[in-house]
Amino acid sequence: MKPGNLNLQRLWGPGLALVILALLVTFPLYASAYGIILVTDILMFVILALSWALFSAPTGYISLAPAAFFGVGIYTSAILGRQLSLPLVVFLGGLISFCLALLVGALTLRLRGIYFAMFTFGLVELIKHFWLWYEIRFTGTRGRFVVVVDQKTIYLIMFTIFVLLLLTTYLIRRSRLGLALRSIGECEEAAAHIGVNVNALKTVTFALSAIFMGAAGSVIATRWTYVDPYIAFNPLYSFMAVLMAIFGGIGNPYGPILGAVIFAYLEEILLTRFPYYYMLIFGTVLIVTVLYLPEGLIGLIMKIRKRLAGGQDALA
Amino acid sequence: MPLLEGKGVTRYFGGLAAVQNVDFHVDQGEIVGLIGPNGAGKTTLFNLISGALVPQSGEIRFKGEKITGLKPHVICKKGIARTFQLVRIFPNMSVLENVLMGVLFGKSDGHGMGPALEEAEKWLDFVGLSAVKGLPARSLTLANQKRLEVARALATGPELLLLDELMAGLNPTEVAQAMELVSRIWEQGITVFMVEHVMKAIMGVCNRIMVLHHGEKIAEGTPQEIATSRTVIEVYLGE
Repeated sequence: MKPGNLNLQRLWGPGLALVILALLVTFPLYASAYGIILVTDILMFVILALSWALFSAPTGYISLAPAAFFGVGIYTSAILGRQLSLPLVVFLGGLISFCLALLVGALTLRLRGIYFAMFTFGLVELIKHFWLWYEIRFTGTRGRFVVVVDQKTIYLIMFTIFVLLLLTTYLIRRSRLGLALRSIGECEEAAAHIGVNVNALKTVTFALSAIFMGAAGSVIATRWTYVDPYIAFNPLYSFMAVLMAIFGGIGNPYGPILGAVIFAYLEEILLTRFPYYYMLIFGTVLIVTVLYLPEGLIGLIMKIRKRLAGGQDALA
Repeated sequence: MPLLEGKGVTRYFGGLAAVQNVDFHVDQGEIVGLIGPNGAGKTTLFNLISGALVPQSGEIRFKGEKITGLKPHVICKKGIARTFQLVRIFPNMSVLENVLMGVLFGKSDGHGMGPALEEAEKWLDFVGLSAVKGLPARSLTLANQKRLEVARALATGPELLLLDELMAGLNPTEVAQAMELVSRIWEQGITVFMVEHVMKAIMGVCNRIMVLHHGEKIAEGTPQEIATSRTVIEVYLGE
């Protein structure tokens, strides 16, 4: 490979990312109200998918807990939204999710494979029903109204969370922590025997990923105006995060982003244009992905790029 | 004071005593062999030393310090490294990254990325895998995967290296190379404690041999003593 070629290829990715980020920052200046709402939604799903991948992609621990942390964020907003400013509420939503994930992680990350997935799924249901009981028993009503905030503020906060998540993902992947997380996914026992504190690392990373889920929940709650435990702790958000990430491909952080953007947009289109076929088309796309694109969209793109680059990379 | 010392080490799996009341010691600078028929408890003993399992009774000391009950990553940082009977490499990481993991995480003191890479390359060179450092570890032959595991263990800077059936599944040429590797590891000042079924190998490189049978230590001595011991012959060949 020629050095010039290499440099261009290296600049291409970050360059494109910068252009997209610049477009997103200035988006509220020229976009329609609908556009802002749509992109906020897409960003929310991107955050869920990417923060899920932050922990689950390298370690191979399939967490179905995103909805739990997302819901905790939503309720942080519902309870504290009137007294505190939104950025503070979002920060607290992330912090409370972090603490909950730390506790849950410390208790359950000994579980492997399907048992961990089942537990995290159970966690969402547990919190939902506990909270339902609490609300009815102590506040007397099932739901709560959330303070309303203007759409541009919601958008900008969601965007900020996204940028922070992107930065976190990048830093972890670049550091020795990223390597250690991958080694857990590859062979946890060997990782432990060469000095990796696997339990601590898993727990902290799991909790770190929960911050972003909780923060996203805190912002989006202000747009929903009314929440109850069924809305806030909807396991669908866990599944969506996992499916979007796998659809996009989890070998690379661009995968979950791409998957979430396409999925969230597709959902919007299908729901508005083909409400009756929405789930059917959705399911078909998923099955095709799992059967024919085991490495997701990003895997497909890499394969095409490699083929276009021709034989020169074959030996590299 | 021995480098590694175990007293009354016992571990049951259900009602079965995998390791029962075993006393052992490994001195600094030795190559000690651990042999015994299948199911004798050899790997279990290694698991107890490396922290993968905790003994139900008895205690293990390393450099005089009690290590029973410590987690594997702590024991590794104290200076005990191991390989596994069935190779446990990181298959999708490159050969270099596998060894780099050992340098970065296996020591109690921190390491910058630059020096860490250099050290990883040094160990790859030591086991003779420099030429394939960029390949994913899964693409290596079994013999090379075993070498990689040794390099990764050495990269953690151990004083004691536990080798669990390094030679199993290797052809005669590879066995000879592995024996030579064990000697070179020992020349680095690293004490070796090895489980082995290949008798030629164990008789050739060990100073001392321990024999386990049904979880109990039945004999211990120099290779000549073990080779001529009536008990050992009875265990292996029947009465």
